Amino acid sequence: MTGVSQQGHSLFRIAMRSLLSSKATTTALALMAIVVLLTLAAPLLSPWDIDSTDWDNVATSPSIETAHYFGTDDVGRDIFVRTLYGGRISLLVGLSATMVSLVIGVFWGAIAGYAGGRTDQLMMRFVDVMYAMPFMFFVILLMVFFGRNIFLIFVAVGAVNWLDMARIVRGQTLSMKHREFVEAARAGGVSNLNIIRRHIIPNLLGVVIVYVTLTIPQVILVESFLSFLGLGVQEPMTSWGALVNDGAALMESAPWTLFFPALFLAATLFCFNFIGDGLRDALDPRDSAGES
Amino acid sequence: MTMPLLELKSLNVSFAGRDGITRAVKDLSYTLKTSETLGIVGESGSGKTQSVMSLMGLLPHNATVSGKAMLNGTDLLALSQSELNRVRGKDIAMVFQDPMTSLNPHLTVGAQMSLVARRHLGKSKRDALAECRLMLEAVRIPEVAKRMTQYPHELSGGMRQRVMIATALLCKPKLLIADEPTTALDVTVQAQILELMCELQTDFATAILLITHDMGVVAGTCDRVLVMSKGECVEENFVEPLFATPQHPYTRALLAAVPRLNEVNTELNQPTDTAQRLEARGLEVTYSVDSKRFLAAAHQLKALRGVDLNLIAGETLGVVGESGCGKSTLARAVLNLIPSSAGDVLLMGESLQKLTTKQLRAMRSDMQIIFQDPLASLNPRMTIADILCEPLDTYHPNLSRAEKLRRASIMIEKVGLSPEQLTRYPHEFSGGQCQRIGIARALMFEPKLIVCDEPVSALDVSVQAKVVQLLIELQKELNLSLVFIAHDLAVVRQISHRVMVMYLGKVVELADRDEIYSSPRHPYTRALISAVPIPDPKIQQSLGFAAISGDLPSPLHPPAGCAFCTRCPLAEPRCANEEPPLRAVGRSMVACHLAD
Amino acid sequence: MLRFTVKRFFGAIPTLLVLMVLAFTLIRVAPGGPFDSEKQLSAEIQERLNAAYHLDEPLWQQFIRYLGNLLQGDFGPSFAYADYTVSELIATGFPVSLKLGSLAMLLAIIAGVAIGTMAALKQNTRTDYVVMTAAMTGVSVPTFVIAPLLVLVFAVTLQWFPAGGLGDWRNLVLPVIALALPQIAYIARLTRGSMIEVLRSDYIRTARAQGLTQIEILFHHALKPAILPVVSYLGPATAAIITGSVVVEQIFGVPGLGRFFVQGALNRDYTLVMGIVVFYGVLIICFNFFVDIAYRWLDPRVKL
Repeated sequence: MTGVSQQGHSLFRIAMRSLLSSKATTTALALMAIVVLLTLAAPLLSPWDIDSTDWDNVATSPSIETAHYFGTDDVGRDIFVRTLYGGRISLLVGLSATMVSLVIGVFWGAIAGYAGGRTDQLMMRFVDVMYAMPFMFFVILLMVFFGRNIFLIFVAVGAVNWLDMARIVRGQTLSMKHREFVEAARAGGVSNLNIIRRHIIPNLLGVVIVYVTLTIPQVILVESFLSFLGLGVQEPMTSWGALVNDGAALMESAPWTLFFPALFLAATLFCFNFIGDGLRDALDPRDSAGES
Repeated sequence: MTMPLLELKSLNVSFAGRDGITRAVKDLSYTLKTSETLGIVGESGSGKTQSVMSLMGLLPHNATVSGKAMLNGTDLLALSQSELNRVRGKDIAMVFQDPMTSLNPHLTVGAQMSLVARRHLGKSKRDALAECRLMLEAVRIPEVAKRMTQYPHELSGGMRQRVMIATALLCKPKLLIADEPTTALDVTVQAQILELMCELQTDFATAILLITHDMGVVAGTCDRVLVMSKGECVEENFVEPLFATPQHPYTRALLAAVPRLNEVNTELNQPTDTAQRLEARGLEVTYSVDSKRFLAAAHQLKALRGVDLNLIAGETLGVVGESGCGKSTLARAVLNLIPSSAGDVLLMGESLQKLTTKQLRAMRSDMQIIFQDPLASLNPRMTIADILCEPLDTYHPNLSRAEKLRRASIMIEKVGLSPEQLTRYPHEFSGGQCQRIGIARALMFEPKLIVCDEPVSALDVSVQAKVVQLLIELQKELNLSLVFIAHDLAVVRQISHRVMVMYLGKVVELADRDEIYSSPRHPYTRALISAVPIPDPKIQQSLGFAAISGDLPSPLHPPAGCAFCTRCPLAEPRCANEEPPLRAVGRSMVACHLAD
Repeated sequence: MLRFTVKRFFGAIPTLLVLMVLAFTLIRVAPGGPFDSEKQLSAEIQERLNAAYHLDEPLWQQFIRYLGNLLQGDFGPSFAYADYTVSELIATGFPVSLKLGSLAMLLAIIAGVAIGTMAALKQNTRTDYVVMTAAMTGVSVPTFVIAPLLVLVFAVTLQWFPAGGLGDWRNLVLPVIALALPQIAYIARLTRGSMIEVLRSDYIRTARAQGLTQIEILFHHALKPAILPVVSYLGPATAAIITGSVVVEQIFGVPGLGRFFVQGALNRDYTLVMGIVVFYGVLIICFNFFVDIAYRWLDPRVKL
């Protein structure tokens, strides 16, 4: 019952240990790392460029000899290189938009939760109203009206994705505020700022990390959806969504143009979701305390 | 000699966990005869609950069970799932600790009860419901027809446990297992439930296996007792000899640690300075409870309805009452952690209400608090060193880190832990150790006053005694003033100079500790004292559980007049109209029209 | 109940107003207009068009006018589809999307809850891992990947179902599946999570101690609390799915409501955009209302 362990094991380290002890999550992490490294190392791995066209090999299937590892599309562009470069955009958008939503969401939620009362009611009422918005529609409007620009993509996506984060952070802050250790800090004359900094934020971190991991794939999905509609990044730049769209048009004649980008997209989303799930289980206090 | 109803032969239970295999129950054997009551006593982690869960097939998947458990000649441990389902609920029934979580909140009382009757008695829906109504009447629930259609959250705690018992008895089981059936209940309600169980046992001729940590409960209800420690049975005997001449050192230690109402074995500090440390005058706290209804005004819940208290240096004031009496609100209102709606608190003559935020923050080092749940009161992301140094960071920011750590080391030794443990995190400590850390943190402020809000109620008896002793010693050494809040009258008696009894946000009696226990004057105080089970079978079994009837009225709508009049055995017509003031009767202060 | 309905009705008004102001401002401050086209219109015609559609008035006046018309049930004429009013456009697209969407949602609820429950009962077994990995894949693979794959396999290669268009039930199969798959996966995951939690709770232990069978426990004790999170997810999800999916409509060639989301924006069709925003907003509000009622029915502790 009383866990006898070595000195100083923070809950976070225990969580990391239990996360890494699962083969499945470790595999997912490794797979993720490979995808990221591949996209970063793209120029070193292939002689082809993102928009160079190889007129000798138009819509050819994957082959080692021609160095078109994933084949080419209908204008002779190399799918391997395009997939990796597309990955850069998709991952970049995923990360930056998540950061935007993280910053807005954490601030909004923490302030509402800690302030409480009328401020809280007003702020959360706003979130409720925002929930009734057809978001995808707003993103589409933004993209159509203000031109397709990668910066706008992640601001737009981030700005509409912060609601969940705000709700979660607010809920956690609210329950944290009434926890006894926060009450003890108040009784000990600790200032509000220090209470938030020392006692509330560190205890929110776990939940926030989980939701960040789960938001990234959502954002990548939104971006690829926009690109699929032709509203995302513009040629010659590309992203997984745009590639899947091109590939879907050619799927009968050149299925590899659909297969490889779709595989990379799905695998990345899968890994993020999987790691997020694993993290959530690992950080769940009931589980890390060990079942009876 | 007739064949025993239940015979356990070398039962072993172990759990496969991350850190290897834990043996929870080791080689446990006992027998139980028809309509006998066997008490299984032990502290948390003794394996008492696991030993009965294994009989019911309710252990988690990582558990391994070996041995034999013969119920009327069939081995329960060898039954298949479907065979077991024919026995569970029919031949053996179980009552659990927390009736709130053990009843399905999504089903009406009638719905969940009738499922059992239909399953085991093969009755039609209508007959099953009729059977349930009869059983609810048998456990003396008023307005049965209405209760059948209510959900668990609409019932009081005592009522819920009655429903649990009624459900368990539906099929007239041969064996009833009760796992800490009254631990989650208030004393006066506990007395009602225990009384009910004793009566039903005679009516239904059921054997009872009672699991509890409370020696008082055992003394009043059991024929035989089995003491468990660390998974093993250390002693088994009939109840009277076990209490009179305990053989095993563990049993003796357990009995010695039990705080007793009728005897005091602690030596208190003798206050010398008579200056008032703390004074509260007419303290009121009102919470506004959002009305669930549209456009209706918020309800005003008066948690404290005018409380006066005073405390001198080196003195302890005990505050006793059942849940909902406002004692935790009092703790927070005294420290100005929650705003009070009326009245004033003076700490060493300074009115806290008149201070600015900054002045109040400076005063906070003089008044500290210790909480009920020791683990929850420590930030899980901070090491013990950081937790203990935080007070110094706030009030002595200029000290060096080394000096702060030095002071923390001294303090942690003072509460009985070692300085090496400073680098650890709270979850690596047991409940008792966490509470010591909580005390150490409070002492780092060098306070004059500590408010202890149920500081020992989450701890095992033997640990309780040590923490109480620690507080008494620290008080002597540092001339601390303590407000000690608890629901356990016996613990309060060990540590307090004076005791204050609260009911529905009001003080009903205040007197010196010996006075209040030897001659309680308010009928509620009397009921409270007589409801506490005494860990002595001779006394307890002859007394029975003298219970007052009924439940606590809703604090949203307290009765007019005397708050206790709805449950008072002596109530007269004027009690319902006139509110009795707190007045001196003999050497006590009592709020009752009838006290003399 | 009546009180709750009235309260919700009045609560919805500010939500809708905010929604409309936001959409209205957004489309008006954006560059471009409905009558920009390749051929440059003469200034005179431009002016007359603007006057005819009241585009020459100040913004707030236009907004008030729009609100006034809306109160009479008039969404106004479409700018891009010259002979149609917005109401007519919605009336042609919505029934198609509603049919596809509700079939998909029905399928998703039944399959998702069943799969999730099964996985929860077999927690940490091979079945659980296989089913949940499949569900995770379902959540991770976007519709615009699944839909073409379905076409490729079942329409082009196997030729079991037509690749798209409208017709009898066979035309519905592939689009409904494409819409339902991610929902099934999501609902299965939700159900599994909450079912595991419920199965661990004290009252399920009580039910087991009472000798109730697995089936009885599942249906009488566990199902209601376990589908609570699914129910709250269903509100917005159903509203989204019955208003059509651009992807599915594009790939299967279905004339639903979804295409107007993109078309309206691309054409700067002010009234169509506004009409769709309002329509969608009202649907979300309605479904959230239904969810709250269902919640009250499932969880007696929740008060309306």
